[in-house]
Amino acid sequence: MDGYYAFMLVATALVLMMTVPALALFYGGMTRSKSVLNMMMMSFVSFGIASIVFVLWGWSEGWGADGAGNLNGKLIANPFHMWGLHGVSSSNFIYVLFQLTFAAITVALISGAVADRVKLSAWVVFVPIWLTLCYFPIAHNVWGGGWLSTHWVAQDYAGGTVVHINAGIAGGILALVIGKRVGWPREVNRPHNLTLTMIGAGMLWFGWYGFNVGSIVFSEDSLSDPKKFSAQFMSDTGATFMNTTIATAAAMLAWLLVERITHGKATSLGAASGIVAGLVAITPACGSVSLTGAIIVGAIAGGLCALAVGLKYKLGLDDSLDVVGVHLVGGLVGTLLIGFLSTKSAPLGVDGLFYGGGLGSLGDQTMAALFTLVWTGVLTTIIALAIKYTLGWRVTAEAEVDGIDADQHGESAYDLAQAKGLLA
Amino acid sequence: MKLVTAVIKPHKWEDVRVALEAIGVTGMTVSEVSGYGRQKGHTEVYRGAEYDVALVPKIRLEIAIAEEDVESVITAIERAARTERIGDGKIWVSPLETVLRVRTGERDDAAI
Repeated sequence: MDGYYAFMLVATALVLMMTVPALALFYGGMTRSKSVLNMMMMSFVSFGIASIVFVLWGWSEGWGADGAGNLNGKLIANPFHMWGLHGVSSSNFIYVLFQLTFAAITVALISGAVADRVKLSAWVVFVPIWLTLCYFPIAHNVWGGGWLSTHWVAQDYAGGTVVHINAGIAGGILALVIGKRVGWPREVNRPHNLTLTMIGAGMLWFGWYGFNVGSIVFSEDSLSDPKKFSAQFMSDTGATFMNTTIATAAAMLAWLLVERITHGKATSLGAASGIVAGLVAITPACGSVSLTGAIIVGAIAGGLCALAVGLKYKLGLDDSLDVVGVHLVGGLVGTLLIGFLSTKSAPLGVDGLFYGGGLGSLGDQTMAALFTLVWTGVLTTIIALAIKYTLGWRVTAEAEVDGIDADQHGESAYDLAQAKGLLA
Repeated sequence: MKLVTAVIKPHKWEDVRVALEAIGVTGMTVSEVSGYGRQKGHTEVYRGAEYDVALVPKIRLEIAIAEEDVESVITAIERAARTERIGDGKIWVSPLETVLRVRTGERDDAAI
């Protein structure tokens, strides 16, 4: 138990690192040089707001159960019952903090869809409202013993629905409501610093071991017997660590292969994107599939996401950094493939269609995905429109062209004239 | 007195410098510039989206020389900078009215 506790301290810090700074770097490198600070700030600010909101009412709304023990079977739990972590002992804080880091990265992921054009003030208003109306309820329904989980027992080890489908659909809707950037897609919006993006992708991969492996849940048996506890701890973490690794490797290679075939070159942005697509897809599935299953999940996610990111040009949707193409598509791939590829030999112990388990698991997975799409789709539309017609989302067109960093933060990321030592 | 201006491919700059030194050219001004000629720009692909990048990086040399050195200088640059592929650049020569060395106040041919 002590070993598990020490592991959770590390896992939680790893997931924190995924937002600050890994996601900030991954996204920041993909924006233009005049908007990189704003992009990174959206991740940093998301973490700040999510932390406060989470301890005030997020934990209570997602994981509380109206004081009645575990399953409450409702759409949300009472946000005020454990306000400010009332009644939660500090020896349990690490479990709260682990979930806190998930809420933070989920809302930060959305920011990639609306890069270069959103007022910081609008984002600051959006983050707590979205967490309250979309994140905590979905987490409650999938993980916290809420309504969905009492009807369809979906397997979502670390957040295919709660994190990725959730952020993906929200990002798509924000991009639609907020609209495209000035000059998109006619003007060049190529990434300004792919080394930042590569570093960010590598750090995300590293942090993801906290995210996936740390999401272990112990059986009743294990909780009552230290020997069984230790055995489950080792076998489950081994399986999820392995699946996370090989699915990600397969996805990176698949993305590069698709690029090589369709555009003639394998790119560094493709490698970074493939890594994230694989991590996204294996997130829900890392405790459900075999080693072979993980390779299949990764390869399909990498290949499909590589094709999906081109769709926004056909749809005219300026999902700037492909939150839909990577997180929604990757999240759906991982969540739905569980219905086919899950096996009793994996930690969660359910057979899917290909292992003779029939359509039951696929049905549960589909319902969890649909529930997330509909719930977050509807509520995000309402939040986005409400902000659009009150506060307003966008900086002025002039500020957008001159650079949102200067307009929103009064800073510029790079002073290259000074670095060169000429005419400083 | 003439001013020789050459715009060349960046990776040929070192060859050109060595060739000019070999024929006794003692100084020049070099800048990193960007532009395009008949070769146009190039295409880059990011997550499946193709971008036409209009400007190509080039090196520009400016060398003030005496009139009788013009042919040997432009021939040296031409030979060293040529790859026979599109985008090798251009050389042009323009007249100079006067040249002054700041340190000594020398003028014209003495200042070159």
